[in-house]
Amino acid sequence: MSFTKGGVFKAACAALIVLSPLPAVAQDWEPRRPIDFTIMAGAGGGADQIARFLQSVAERYDLTNRPLVPTNRGGGSGAEALLHVNSASDPDHTILVTLNSFFTTPIRQDNLGIDIQTFTPVAMMGVDPFVLWVHVDSGITSLDQWLETVRGMNGDYVMGGTGTGQEDSIVIAYMSDAFDISVNYIPYDGGGAVARDLAGQQIMATVNNPAEAKGFYEAGQFVPLVAFSDERLPAYPDVPTMIEMGHDFSYYNQRAVVGAPGMSDEAAAYYQDVFTQIYESDEWQAYLESESLSPLWMDAEQQRAYWATQVETHRALLAALGE
Amino acid sequence: MRKGEIVTAGVLALFSIYLMWKSTELPIGYVSGRGPGGGAWPFWLSAIMLACCGMIAWNWWRRTSPPSQSDEPFLDAYGWRMVIFVGGGVIVFVALIEVISMYGAIAVFLFYYLRFLGRHGWGLSLGLSLATPILFFFFFEGAMQITMPTGLSFTDPVFDILYEIIY
Amino acid sequence: MEILSLLGDGMLLALQPLNLMLIIVGVTIGLFIGAMPGLGSVNGVAILLPITFLVPPSGAIIFLAAIYYGAMYGGAISSITLGIPGASTAVATTFDGRPLARQGRASLALVTAAIASFIGGTVANVFFTAFAPLLASVALSFGPPEIFALMLLAFATFVGLGGDDIPKTIFSICFGLVLGAIGFDQISGAPRLVLFDINGFLQGIGFLVLAIGVYGIGEMLWTIEQSRGDVESTTPKMTMKGMAADTAESMRRGWKGTAIGSILGFFVGILPAAGATPASLMSYGVAKMVSRNPKDYGRGNPDGVAAPEAANNSASTGSMLPMLTLGIPGSPTTAILLGGMVIWGLVPGPMLFVNETEFVWGLIGSFYISNIAAVLINLAFIPVFIWMLRMPFTILAPMIFVLSIAGGFAATRDMFDIWLIVIFGLGAFVLRRFDYPLAPAVLAIVLGPIAEPTLRQSLLLSSGDPSIFFTRPVAGPITVVALILILLPLLKLLRRGKAAEGAGRPS
Repeated sequence: MSFTKGGVFKAACAALIVLSPLPAVAQDWEPRRPIDFTIMAGAGGGADQIARFLQSVAERYDLTNRPLVPTNRGGGSGAEALLHVNSASDPDHTILVTLNSFFTTPIRQDNLGIDIQTFTPVAMMGVDPFVLWVHVDSGITSLDQWLETVRGMNGDYVMGGTGTGQEDSIVIAYMSDAFDISVNYIPYDGGGAVARDLAGQQIMATVNNPAEAKGFYEAGQFVPLVAFSDERLPAYPDVPTMIEMGHDFSYYNQRAVVGAPGMSDEAAAYYQDVFTQIYESDEWQAYLESESLSPLWMDAEQQRAYWATQVETHRALLAALGE
Repeated sequence: MRKGEIVTAGVLALFSIYLMWKSTELPIGYVSGRGPGGGAWPFWLSAIMLACCGMIAWNWWRRTSPPSQSDEPFLDAYGWRMVIFVGGGVIVFVALIEVISMYGAIAVFLFYYLRFLGRHGWGLSLGLSLATPILFFFFFEGAMQITMPTGLSFTDPVFDILYEIIY
Repeated sequence: MEILSLLGDGMLLALQPLNLMLIIVGVTIGLFIGAMPGLGSVNGVAILLPITFLVPPSGAIIFLAAIYYGAMYGGAISSITLGIPGASTAVATTFDGRPLARQGRASLALVTAAIASFIGGTVANVFFTAFAPLLASVALSFGPPEIFALMLLAFATFVGLGGDDIPKTIFSICFGLVLGAIGFDQISGAPRLVLFDINGFLQGIGFLVLAIGVYGIGEMLWTIEQSRGDVESTTPKMTMKGMAADTAESMRRGWKGTAIGSILGFFVGILPAAGATPASLMSYGVAKMVSRNPKDYGRGNPDGVAAPEAANNSASTGSMLPMLTLGIPGSPTTAILLGGMVIWGLVPGPMLFVNETEFVWGLIGSFYISNIAAVLINLAFIPVFIWMLRMPFTILAPMIFVLSIAGGFAATRDMFDIWLIVIFGLGAFVLRRFDYPLAPAVLAIVLGPIAEPTLRQSLLLSSGDPSIFFTRPVAGPITVVALILILLPLLKLLRRGKAAEGAGRPS
């Protein structure tokens, strides 16, 4: 199962260099009312944090003449947000901060009638890698040791996550399949709660974004075992990747901004310009680095192509999950 | 009230049965080794609701609960008028939000209530029903950055000007 | 004492003229935001966040703490004056606050709420200062089984809350719990109870939708119908003398509830996922249980205002603990604060206390100062709220409807939810006529979505074996106490029922 983004990544870097002097297209379209900045997750998660960070940067540099109004619509794994944006009465003033449920939710619930290709690409702000974490008290320091422990417990090894069909469960399902292990998976309502219960040793391991586990890692409570990224993460240089171990698997959570279906080209160009400026701001670049996000800049056409491949990959991954 | 009591219990019982039926879309039993299924919690709670309706009916038959003893009507003529004018007013208010925007609907509702139900003077009614939405606009949109519905597109020019003022 | 000097530095920082001004402005804004039905500290903090880039972080933290405290005090105001709990934490405040206001004693209720909040907040701050790191490890020892046991305990306090009609009370509890289950099943990730297959139900039904429907629309219609449309305003004018008398009376009649709420509230508040709502509810229940005349509760007992108010302030301060010591948000508000910390370049997590002492103690120091400012400003505004109550009812009533609908939209941003509010309101009016108690449903919709997932997570942990609730060292005793509390009144009732039947006269 190949899930690399290396090729796209290199192309994206090239595109970035070309793009760097901002396209100085004259902006004749400007928003006339507050911009509905829908967040596909509840307050407090990684996506919410990123959305509010983006909003703060826009505010700081006064990039929009009307405010971005963040609204959390996390209900139903993002179904609520997708339905809201899909039927937006004013598509020129409606944008959405997405994560991978942008791909998975329409697949898992085809009765929603959502076709993500009708949405308007705006910006790919970065992708968030996943890492396998255990508590330091378990004494486990390597993947082999971990596998041995898990096998020894015959399915009683307890892992926490954000729910069946969510990003982390896809990674866990892949590992279960690749290493022939079985774990007892407990769904929680958010990455924060998962990290908390790992810190309290209610659960034994998690697959989580570095951003959500970083505090505990720095306090020496969490131990990273393996990263599901293409290359080693700069902040965790000693943590091997799954690919190094001979399994061609990497998995990221996308942090992208998309526009409502039916957004006019002028409006799309406006938002693409705004988010390019945010992307290039020192604040966002520092955020990417400190939270271990990988840059994956793409133009609108590349984003559409990326969506298409992601939908196919997730369809396969979810099918493997038995969904 | 006596008739109303049993009718209400009957309607609630039907609703409970609907909820029970709807819950069965997910497993309602005890999945071995995994605890109750996804539908179990709402199914069994709805079953308790149904049982409660049964007990309410039993109390009705025995005439032990106050409403089942009372002979007064559910609402008298005055009560009905009140509920239709006020409750109906609220329904029209909410329906208007999607047509003439939240602020327009507030103005119309306040004027209707103050002038026709409250029998206040024209000056007070008009003044309050115009001042309130303006105040709300500055509070919600200006201070709290919460965007309220702007209704159908014919209100756009007005809101374009208002947003120009506050941002 | 190193802690005291750190705290002293933090307080001095908060007392600088510019910062003091920020506190006063922040508390006042927070008070009014909290008093609006539908809006709460989360809105106040969210609008502040983007401007934190413009002011120095220390000023931003202080402003944040001030808004947070102001909003906590404000929650009681709509509960007492309008009868609409603006936040789930203030539901229990309506039980006795509303009757007091009806009796023309709104000022007593408001003063009691303010003073109890102040004491609750102060007690929590002191605990916080002294034991933060220790308490953090207590909080971590609470896994799903412990939280579920705690929810059972909260439900146990329900038993005493309903009306006299047992089947109707149980119906109401279950109804709230089922409404809370609508949307998605967290464990299997499947859509659940999407009523009539309307997509709007996918997002579930929030507490505010039910609460505003029941209290803002249903209760209002009922009041209008009962009073024939014109409620005589019995609220007397506020005078300095009257306020002093109220203060003395609230101290005399509310100290017990305040004490219970302050301590219980803090300990429930620090537990992850529990939060201020179960804390205020349990404090109310305990205050009623230990009282010599429990019959006074629900009829305007100042203790019944003091207990939940002390508890929700204490718990809200307590809920900062998991955020600061572990970097884990206990509520939407703390989640947004956490986002703010990331924007300032701080790393939330266990190292925050060690690496960012100035930030942490600046925040705690401003809690103390904000709390003092909040009680003074709140007391100063009470005459304004009383004046509002003295408006003719035919002006107040439409204003409450407008506030409910606009506030409801501000909270949910969805017209579907506004229609639900109207439907719940009309339904609540009918049920109210037939003596169905609705407060249990409103509370159950908050507790259900905590109780069900923790129940099922626990059973997943134990591979389906329910003994997990009895064998874990912390969960076990809580479960046993909760079961006793639930079963005792039921047994008593059954026995009384049998006795009454035996005597041949239906009660």
